[in-house]
Formats: sequence, structure tokens, C-alpha cells
Amino acid sequence: MPIGIYVHIPFCQRKCGYCDFNSHAGSDRAEQARYVDALLREMDLWAARPEVAGEQVSTVYVGGGTPTLLEGEQLARVLTGIRQRFALASDAEVTVEGNPGTVDVEGEKLHQAAAAGANRISLGVQARQRHLLERLGRIHDARQVEEAVAAARRAGFANINLDLMYGLPGQTPADFRETIDWALALGPTHISAYSLIIEEGTPFYHDYQSGRLRLPEEEAEERMFLEGKARLEAAGFEHYEVSNYARPGFRCRHNLLYWRNEHYLGLGCGAHSFLRLAAPLGNLGPPRPGLTASRVQGGSEVETTPGAPGQQYRFWNLKHPGTYRAALERGVLPVEAGEPIDRRHEMAETMFMGLRLLEGVSDARFSARFGLSVRAAYGAEVDRLERQGLVEWKDGALRLTPRGLRLGNLVWEAFV
Amino acid sequence: MVDQKHIRNFCIIAHIDHGKSTLADRLIEYTGLLTKREMTDQVLDNMDLERERGITIKAQSVRMDYVADDGEQYVLNLIDTPGHVDFTYEVSRALAGCEGALLVVDASQGIEAQTLANVYMALEHDLEIIPVINKIDLPAADPEKVKKEIEEVIGLDTSIAIMASAKTGIGMKEILEAVVNFVPPPEGDRRAPLRALIYDSYYDSYKGVITYFRIFEGTVRKGDRIRFMATGKEFIVDDLYVFRPGLTPVEELSAGEVGALAATIKEVKNVRVGDTITLAENPASEPLPGYRRATPMVFTGLYPVETNDYGRLRDALEKLQLNDASLSFEPETSEALGFGFRCGFLGLLHMDVIQERLEREFDLALITTAPNVVYRVNLTSGEQMTIENPANWPDPSKIESVEEPVVRASIITPTDYVGPLMELCQDRRGTFLNMEYLNEKRVNLHYRLPLSEIMYDFFDQLKTRSRGYASFDYEVTGYEPADMVKMDILVHGQPVDALSCIVHREKAQKLGRALVQKLRKLIPRHLFEVPIQAAVGNKILARENIAPLRKDVLAKCYGGDVTRKRKLLEKQKEGKKRMKAVGSVEIPQEAFMAVLSTDADED
Repeated sequence: MPIGIYVHIPFCQRKCGYCDFNSHAGSDRAEQARYVDALLREMDLWAARPEVAGEQVSTVYVGGGTPTLLEGEQLARVLTGIRQRFALASDAEVTVEGNPGTVDVEGEKLHQAAAAGANRISLGVQARQRHLLERLGRIHDARQVEEAVAAARRAGFANINLDLMYGLPGQTPADFRETIDWALALGPTHISAYSLIIEEGTPFYHDYQSGRLRLPEEEAEERMFLEGKARLEAAGFEHYEVSNYARPGFRCRHNLLYWRNEHYLGLGCGAHSFLRLAAPLGNLGPPRPGLTASRVQGGSEVETTPGAPGQQYRFWNLKHPGTYRAALERGVLPVEAGEPIDRRHEMAETMFMGLRLLEGVSDARFSARFGLSVRAAYGAEVDRLERQGLVEWKDGALRLTPRGLRLGNLVWEAFV
Repeated sequence: MVDQKHIRNFCIIAHIDHGKSTLADRLIEYTGLLTKREMTDQVLDNMDLERERGITIKAQSVRMDYVADDGEQYVLNLIDTPGHVDFTYEVSRALAGCEGALLVVDASQGIEAQTLANVYMALEHDLEIIPVINKIDLPAADPEKVKKEIEEVIGLDTSIAIMASAKTGIGMKEILEAVVNFVPPPEGDRRAPLRALIYDSYYDSYKGVITYFRIFEGTVRKGDRIRFMATGKEFIVDDLYVFRPGLTPVEELSAGEVGALAATIKEVKNVRVGDTITLAENPASEPLPGYRRATPMVFTGLYPVETNDYGRLRDALEKLQLNDASLSFEPETSEALGFGFRCGFLGLLHMDVIQERLEREFDLALITTAPNVVYRVNLTSGEQMTIENPANWPDPSKIESVEEPVVRASIITPTDYVGPLMELCQDRRGTFLNMEYLNEKRVNLHYRLPLSEIMYDFFDQLKTRSRGYASFDYEVTGYEPADMVKMDILVHGQPVDALSCIVHREKAQKLGRALVQKLRKLIPRHLFEVPIQAAVGNKILARENIAPLRKDVLAKCYGGDVTRKRKLLEKQKEGKKRMKAVGSVEIPQEAFMAVLSTDADED
């Protein structure tokens, strides 16, 4: 099965008030260049290992932070670096995330990225209205968005995603309708519409706790969701994931890989991976020498699956760019920690990630993967959720009902 | 055997933080310096041993040898007393074992309510009181003012008052000399039938119950068969001890002396504080006066969060009861909470301590229902019922009248806060009794208050409204008629038994409203609308609706961090597991205690 590669660029010109991602403001050109050096080192180390080297790579996603804060040349080094070391499929989807405020009008960066193989761009737009953008702490305005889209087109990008947000402080349903219509007029192939989540530890969280940040009423937020969905669908977009819409044929293949619980390699500080480790990795990883067939666990012999090439792991890199780089400068993979994913975990994750997709979890695919049906694995939970009107069976797949779509957490938690 | 002339039995009366333990430590150290070096080592060894074994040295009774200025060697027994209002009876028994008391007052703070209560109790027992003005080294110390207060308020002669600082060691010799010179030696015939007063006990897993006592008459020896006069139980004395400060074996103890014994006693309830020990073969005809069974005043339902922890909870309560005869518990069943226990405590502090020990030492997750006092309900049939649990409240049509326990409260406060504190007492259905001026800046305010009204957050309120300056003490004085009703809480149309409470009729409306508002915030939203109602009988007093949950969804899938997402979902699910399902509604644990803080939340 082909895998995906995620590359994290942790730099931003300014950190937005709602953002709890691993991003840092105040980097300079030199630091960015050193970071890209480290990324290339990390690629070298992975290229020398068996897990990724032999696999076909079907998607690449350069996210952040703000990848377009990098100079075009650096972006190109990252993309070329991947192409040189890994087996990138000829039809691979290669996405670069960008902030409209960091894309130069001449489109030089975008040209360089495209030349290095990027074929999809994802722009953080959020809203059209200046007061909303200011409240969010965005560095761009609507005009820059329009220019960035135009620049992307000129650079040859035909596959363009725009990220939008709703449920913002001070936002009305009319504001969101206007944003949607304006965004559609820019001609994207894909639109993500995220409801604002107040994350702990962010300035927004602090403001929210102290009452300085007022969110729209529940009814207003719901209207934004429903009206947004209706407008996008009327414009020919398919609602295919909780927060994602695409024109036919333009669903984000990289994100689909996450939702279908497939393997990916994460490069860069704080990046997460999900792979079957074939050789030990720090204190993670498979069979220590001499313990291949069975191992002693808690005093009793435990059989491992015969012939299994290795244990699946989720693991993540050191979060801070500095410590991440330091590890690579010592020549070791900057993995901070990880956890083995046993069958029970894998089934749970397959369910709660898969149920984010409107197509749901295909019983046939689930059975093929785990050797038992969804119902055999989660009969009681599924029955309860069906009774509550949160999920339904459709065309051999378990999926969210329209009500379940708004109450996804209640569905997903049933499987953990 | 020590000559009675050379024995002094005394205790220390002090407000919390006024330096009782430090003073006791200093006295031990000081007298330790005058004894042989190996003796000092032994004392420390014993202490360490006890610590290693994890024995709670509950009462820090200590026997000190002291060579006074008159050249004679004395045995000074320092008997410790518990410091809190819940244990007033225990304090009175400890005082009864002494001839004198050190009254320790902080030189910068003055007398506090608890101190005063204990001083009066000591005076009732004819104890010689030696005032000690402690912490004179503090910059804010005003010993003269405190002396004046002691004279005016208690009427004690302060000419013998000792200026001390337990911290720096000032005044230790003077204290010991005063104990020798002013505390009378014990009296009592050593050949008379044994009469020894039990003032404390604890459970030791090796030796069984260790009983602390003071002998008033007669002599007890190792191997004697003793009898506890109230319970009638008999045991053979395995070991006799004095406190040095660890348990040090001795062969015999006689009238005037203080010590402890082990007699392979399995249960603390056989050894009741206040009971009299005598010898089975030559028993005393009368026990010492003043024995009283400890009666629980406050009851609450304790339920395990995990239903299958019921057995563990019972075992834990049994273990705690080994060491605490005043803790009572009986199995009870709640429709909402399942199987649990109705537990009786001496007071709120006692309840807190037990709950905390259950959770910490036994690793139990508990749901506690709102505590209530014991009501007497007079029925139209002429019968009287004692109600410890709102669930057993009789049908209103059968109730003739209700009586509730009341206390006489003493609040010592700077005059600045008299207004707010009187307001607090009025709010709590208090009756003003009188107000004494301790000096021009401080008063002692007396109120009669229903016990139920001081159970919840009275103490916190008292501290808040006096900026921490007021102190508070109370004693239960009896029962008085009160117009009490049972208030039910209905969640989604169903009464939740564990949320029922007994309230005063006039307060029902206000409390009901506050409680449903509070519950509306505590009970999470469900897929359907959940009405919450407060009712007395069939009359609905207040109603709130919890709107149905419309949205609960993680919007973003970011960078493949599935682990974090799974943990969020797990945490969310875990939170729900800790709730109790009542019908189709999930009620969190805090909701069952909500009634406790409704007052503070009122708008």
C-alpha cells in the first residue's frame, strides 16, 4: 500500500490567537535554511531504513506553520529532496500550504514550488471581512487572498484549496455566506470549512475564559454550518468529510490517507508518523534480537503473530525546532516518543477516523483488514448509536447521519 | 514507683497555629538535655520505630523527667488534646486526666473562640491554668494587651504568666518550673480498687488496641485482668507503657500516673474514650464520672463510583472504624447511586477526614451525598422517629412536628466584622443570644443556630466575611422544633433520591431555585432536553431546562496526530464513566454535593 509523507514547517510570520499548532514566529532566513538542512538529513536517515525506502509515496503534504514563509528555493529543496530519496508516484498529489500574506505578488515562490513538483496549494483564507481577520490575528486581507489565488494559477496550480472558518467571534451568518460566495468566485477545487475550536493554552482560550471573547450563539453557528454546506453543494462541491468539501475528483488524497487509517511518514519537528517498524527505532520498534517468535511479557510467554514483519507504531518527533535539529546534527532520528498500535487500537482508530468521512466505514474494507465485520467488533455500540439516530448503514458502510455529523464526538468516542 | 508528690499531669490549651506542637517539642528537648545521653538516643529510636511502622502517634502524650530548681526530680506528664470542635468530648476527657493546663496564646493574635471554650472546660475540671504568652519574638507581639485580655475575658491572674517563644526556646525553663510549682500533684489511694480514665486509643496491627489512660485510684500491673466498666469487656494486660515519648514498657502504674496498655484488644469500640478501667478481681463499685457514648451528629451517604468497589468500601470503613469508634456506618441503597453506606460523623471535619482517608489511603473513588443532621420527627400517631436519611422522611400528612439539633455558637471577632457576621447568623436562622466585649476591639458573639445551618459553608463564610479574623466554636445544646420539609429533585421527571434534602420550609423556595440552577450547570447536555425541578410534596418550586446538545464535534484533523485525538476521545469517555446514570440521564458526581455550595452561588 502506498504511503504519504507529511513535512512540517514550523515557522510563521505571526502566531494567530486561536492557533495551537506547532508554529513559531520570529525566525530568520538563516534559521529557516538550517531547518531545511535538518529536514534533508532526516530524509537521508529514513531513506536508509527499510520502512519507507521500498514503498511508493502517493501523497506529499507540506504543512505548517507557514511553508510559504520559506523562500522558494528552500521550498524547492524540500520537495526535490523527497523526490530524490523516495519513490514518488508519477501521479502523486503534492500539496503546499500557504498564507496569502506570504505569497509574493510575482509568484516567484509558487513558481519554484511548482517547478519542484508541487501540484496542489492550500491557502489559509479563513474569512473575507477585515474585522474578523484582524480579530483572528491574520496577517493578510481579502485582496491579498485574491492576488495569491491569481498568482497560484499563474504558477500553474490547477488544484487549489481555500481554508475557511466559521463560528468566529463577531461573525454573523451573513458574514459567512458572503465569505463562501466570494471564495467560490475565486474558483477553488476544494474548500475546508472549519468551526473555530477554542484550544487550551491559546490566547483565545484565555480570552474566552475571562469573558473577553464572545462566540456566536449556538443557533447562529449551526446556521453557518448548514448554509455553508448548502451553498457549497449547490456550487457542485461534495461534502466528503466533517469539515471538507471538494469538486468531484479533487478530494484531498493526503488527508484521505489519515481518515482511512493508512501509513504515513512525518518529517520535521513535532511531525507524527504511522508506520510498521521493521527495525528498532530508539526504544521503539520491533523484536529485540532473539525475541522474534515469542517474547516474555509479564512472566508468561506471549505469541506474536507468526510472520508479522513488525509492530505498527504511531510516533512523533521532538516538538521544538531547536531540539529537533540538534538530534539530526548528532545523526539520529529526532523521534521523541511513540506507542505501539495493537489490533484493538487499530480497529478503534479505523472507526473513529473513518467515521469522519461522509462515505463512512465500509464493512467490506473493515472485514478485509481485520477479519471480522464492524458489527462483530462493535455490535452494541453501533446498535446504541443507531437508536440515538447518530449513525446509519448505507451501501454497506456505517456512516454519520446528518445529526451525527454535528455530534461526531459522541459517535467517535464509542469506539475508543 | 514514683511518689505522687513528684508527679505533675498537665495539658496544653492553644488555638491552632498558636504553637502547641512546637512548644511541646521544645519542652521535650529541654528536659531531654538534662537526662542521660543514652536516654535521649532511646527516645529518638522509639520515635523512629513508630514512624517506620507507620503507627499514628495520635495523642502526643509525653513523660518527661525534670530536675527542678528545688533539686528534686519530677515526672511531668504532658497529655495532648485534639484541637477541633468535633472532638470536644475527647478534649474534656483528656482535661479530666490532668491537674493543670498551659494556656498558650499567640502574643500577636490574642484569644480565639476554640481556646476560650477549652479554657472554660479546663476551669470546670478545676485545672490550675498557667498562661503562656507565646511568639513574643514576633514584631507584632503585644504581650501586655494579650495579658489584659486574658484577665478581662477569663478572669485569670496573669501575674504568673510566662513570656515565651517556642521557636527560639525562650521561657522553657520558666514553664517547667511553673508546672512544678503551680500544678498540684495528683492524689488518690494506690491501694484502692483500680479506677483509670481512658482518654485516647489507637489501633496497632501488632498489639491490638493501645489504650491511653490516667489512673485516679489503685494500681495496675502487667498480667492483671482488667475490665472496661461501660462495655463490661475483660482483657489481660500484656504490656504497660509510659511515654518517653515512644511507648516504653513498665511493670506497674498506680494512682496519679499516666500511661498506656496493650491487652490484645481487637476492636477500638471496646475501648471507649471516657470509660473507666478497673480490675476484674477487685472491681471499683462506681466508674469515674462523665462517660458518654460518642453520638454521630452528621450523616452522609457514601457510594463507590465503581459499583464493584462496594466490598472494598466496606472493608475500608471497617478498617477505619478499628481506630475510630465514633465513625458509624450502615448499608443503604439508593435508586440513583446503587449500594453504599450511610455514615455518621461527629462533625464536618470528622467527615472530611474520613472521606479523604478513604480516597487517599484506600484509593476509592466516592460519591458523597449532601450531609444532613439527625432530625426527630413526631408523628400524628404519637410516635417519634429519628431520621438520619432524607429517604426515610415520613409522608408529610403523618408528621405532627419536627425537631432539629441546635448549637450554641461562640464567634470571637474584631468589632469591625460584627455587622456582616450577625447578618450571616440571621441568614442561617440564628437567634442572637448576647455579645461580650473582650476588649474595645474584640467581641464574643453568641448565637443559637440550627446545626444544619452551620454544616455547609458556614465556616468559609465566617472567614470570608471577617477576612479570616473571626474564630468559631459551638456545642450542641439540644433539639428544638423547626418547620422542616423534604425537598425532592426531579431530573427528567424522575425524583433522584440521592439529591433529596431536608430544608426549612421558608428557605425551600430559594434553595430549590439555587439548586436547580446549579444542577443545570453541572449536568451535561444530553441528546434530549432535560428538565430539572425542585419540589416539596407535589408542589414544584423551581424548574430549569437543560437544552439538548446540538453540537459536539472535533473540527480539525491536523498533521496526522491521531494519538492526541484518541486521547481526547478517551478522556471525554472517561469523564462520562464517572457519572451516574439515573434513567437515561448521566449525572456527574459533583451534582450530588451541589446543595453544599448553593448559598454562595446565589445572585
